Amino acid sequence: MPKNLLSLQILKNIPKVTYFRIGAFIVALLFIATIILLSSGSPPQVAIGMWNGAFGSSDRFARVISTLCPLLLAACGLIFTFTAGLYNLGIEGQITAGAIATTLILRLIPEGFPPAIAIILAMLSGLLGGGLWGLMAGLLNIYGKVSEIFAGLGMNFMAQGLALYLVFGPWKRSGVASMSGTEPFSDAFALPTINNTDFSPIALAIAIFALMVTAIAIKATYYGLKLKAVGNNLRAAYVLGIPAIGQMLSSFVICGALAGLAGSLQVVAVFHRLIPNISSNLGFLALLVVMLVNYNPFLILPIAFLFSSLNVGSLELPLSLNLDSSLSGIIQGALLLFAILGEGLAKLSKD
Amino acid sequence: MRVELSHVYKSFGNVQANHDVSMTVEAGTVYGILGENGAGKSTLSKMLSGFITKDSGKILLNGIEVNIQTPADAICAGVGMLHQDPLDFPSLSVLDNFMAGRSALAKSKINKTNSKTKKTTGRDALAKELQHLSAIFGFDLHPSDRLANLTVGERQQLEILRLLSLGVQTLILDEPTTGISASQKTALFTAVKQLAAEGKSIIFVSHKLEDVEELCDRLMVMRQGKVIGEAEVKVNGRGRESAELASSLVEMMFGRELAIPAKHGISLDHQEPALVIDDLLVEGDRLSLQIDKLTVKAGEVIGLAGLEGNGQQLLLLACAGLLKPKSGTIRINGTDMTNRAYNYFRKAGIGYLPADRLQDGLIRGLSIHEHFMLRQSSSGFFINWSDTRKFAQEAIDTFNIRGKTLTKVEKLSGGNQQRTQIALLPEYLSLLLMEQPTRGLDIESTLWIWKQMMERCEKGMMIFFISSDLDEILQYSDRLLVFSGGKVSQPMDAKTLTVDKLGQAIGGKFA
Repeated sequence: MPKNLLSLQILKNIPKVTYFRIGAFIVALLFIATIILLSSGSPPQVAIGMWNGAFGSSDRFARVISTLCPLLLAACGLIFTFTAGLYNLGIEGQITAGAIATTLILRLIPEGFPPAIAIILAMLSGLLGGGLWGLMAGLLNIYGKVSEIFAGLGMNFMAQGLALYLVFGPWKRSGVASMSGTEPFSDAFALPTINNTDFSPIALAIAIFALMVTAIAIKATYYGLKLKAVGNNLRAAYVLGIPAIGQMLSSFVICGALAGLAGSLQVVAVFHRLIPNISSNLGFLALLVVMLVNYNPFLILPIAFLFSSLNVGSLELPLSLNLDSSLSGIIQGALLLFAILGEGLAKLSKD
Repeated sequence: MRVELSHVYKSFGNVQANHDVSMTVEAGTVYGILGENGAGKSTLSKMLSGFITKDSGKILLNGIEVNIQTPADAICAGVGMLHQDPLDFPSLSVLDNFMAGRSALAKSKINKTNSKTKKTTGRDALAKELQHLSAIFGFDLHPSDRLANLTVGERQQLEILRLLSLGVQTLILDEPTTGISASQKTALFTAVKQLAAEGKSIIFVSHKLEDVEELCDRLMVMRQGKVIGEAEVKVNGRGRESAELASSLVEMMFGRELAIPAKHGISLDHQEPALVIDDLLVEGDRLSLQIDKLTVKAGEVIGLAGLEGNGQQLLLLACAGLLKPKSGTIRINGTDMTNRAYNYFRKAGIGYLPADRLQDGLIRGLSIHEHFMLRQSSSGFFINWSDTRKFAQEAIDTFNIRGKTLTKVEKLSGGNQQRTQIALLPEYLSLLLMEQPTRGLDIESTLWIWKQMMERCEKGMMIFFISSDLDEILQYSDRLLVFSGGKVSQPMDAKTLTVDKLGQAIGGKFA
């Protein structure tokens, strides 16, 4: 009896929120299992299939990492805009703009130019292109009084349209224009990878570096604190003398630049050319990651890793289990929705 | 319908919005509820009309206790409310709006349906009813007009007709004369008198003395959630001596507690003017403010008196640099501030303490420590944790803030939020602008704050402050201005004024 009472006491000391979080996670798993059963699959088989798809071989694991890098960059960018209280749905367009700017430089580079410098220039151009795309969404938001959500979505269409135009128009392959994109660049213009896999140590180093800078900027600088102040109460931040407009615009530019760098990686490390869907929806996936980590930069790495594993792992499903690979989207979405629901219920029960 | 409230309580968190409120409104009368903003009038009327539910107490209609949970319940029981800002659908037509709310009645738990609510809901029949009702009250409403094209006054008229057609026997009007024209006000008052003559009871919520005096038979005054007193406006159909009534009402509204003198002792006679305002015109949403000339000396305290929303805030915001005047100049210590950016005002030593501390002054979600970091934020790139923590701790000690460095500001009580706001002000200011500096604070905090302010004034700081507490204004001002409808009185010497005289001036007649 006393032993039981003791363990009950321990249970009572765990904050209520924890129960809601664990509960939400279990419910999400049950929900996902139900969906799999409904599409006449077997949940354990799917789990094993996805595990194998992501970690079954060094090749596959390398693909998880190569998806993780741009996802991390985009998520880092979104931490800035989220902290400023802005829903930057324009992240997809900013990735695309970065990819276009990168491709532009690589096409302009003359024969015989040192490839290392070319890649650096191309990636800087991607940074700049994404940043400009972000700045435009910011200007529309602040001076045009357009909701940043609609400004961002509009700019997404523009970037998508521009990519399509370039792939099918001026930058089309000689003779044929196809969805498979522009003429691939020579191997010299690709980031070096290990053992013929997709794993690029340089891309990973860039992403991890960006993550560290983001965490420091948000948690330990006056800039990050001011961003938080503006995001929590724009009016009071202004009254307290914080240049709110500059802060908001800068968060758009930083987010755009990091997203542009993600687009650069898609070109120089993954596809080696510009394709119409160069962003591969990584921007929207990054939105899910950031919503799930709840403004906390330290949680980005594990969650982004989980999501890129799910993405890559699900590619195996059509082959091995005859299930659609969009299942990963359902899993990611369900995890987010139930997590948000859990937080909401925890709040309700507190009141 | 006779409406009775018996010992009703309602609180939001720590705030007692209604504390032991009892009142009786007889059928066929107009009953006024008078009080400043935040006195609890709106809470009371929202409980009667089902928008919020009471914590305890009884509501009786015609002597029978009712349990009103939703606005639909209230309408079924015969109580309807006209909101201060029209709660309607601007994109729909007049007739669509007139028809709104009928389906909700069927679902309501209170089944005290009277004959009118069972009426037909056909479009044509309702259009006829609308025209018929308009004709009775002399309103000019056309069923097919789009509501967005109507004035606020016309939308009110429509809402009244809608409530009447739903069978409402008691009508609550919440600040109905704000934002409507003089002729619409006359039409509204005529309609209200007509309804009362038909035996309906009207509850008229307002902070405007002249409206209440003109319309009501009886009234009660609320302050800080409590009923302060009741008064008969018309005895045997004859108006009581108006000035006498007005001053007694003002006294009830603002109270006369708290009178511990702490005024600064500096002599202003030989000072040069430090603040000069010329031909200032400031435009707000509902009114514009005009000041021809105002000069203030260093160390002087100017109280801005008047019922809320008569232009006092426009003057503060213009002086703070948060609202650009249409025309005119503001000069501080010889510097022309016209068209300067807000940060230039801050650097010139102008501070602003907003009334809504969590909305305009402090940042929810940030701790006291983080607020002090923000104050240091121009001093470098990386946060200096130890220095800012030291500042925050010093401020907590000096300003006697009941909280820790890591306490989030929204967890502090109102008085401690105000102390935090004051602690965040720069050490030297030439002008401090305060809105309701002691609203909702206990006496101890109030006196403490004024002691701090008077010490600052002795070092040459000027103060402009808005307060709805007349004693506070008379106590601490050197001179005061009375605001009414965007017009400003000549500066009055606080020494020669009494609460009675000031109350009369606020009632609309500048002395």
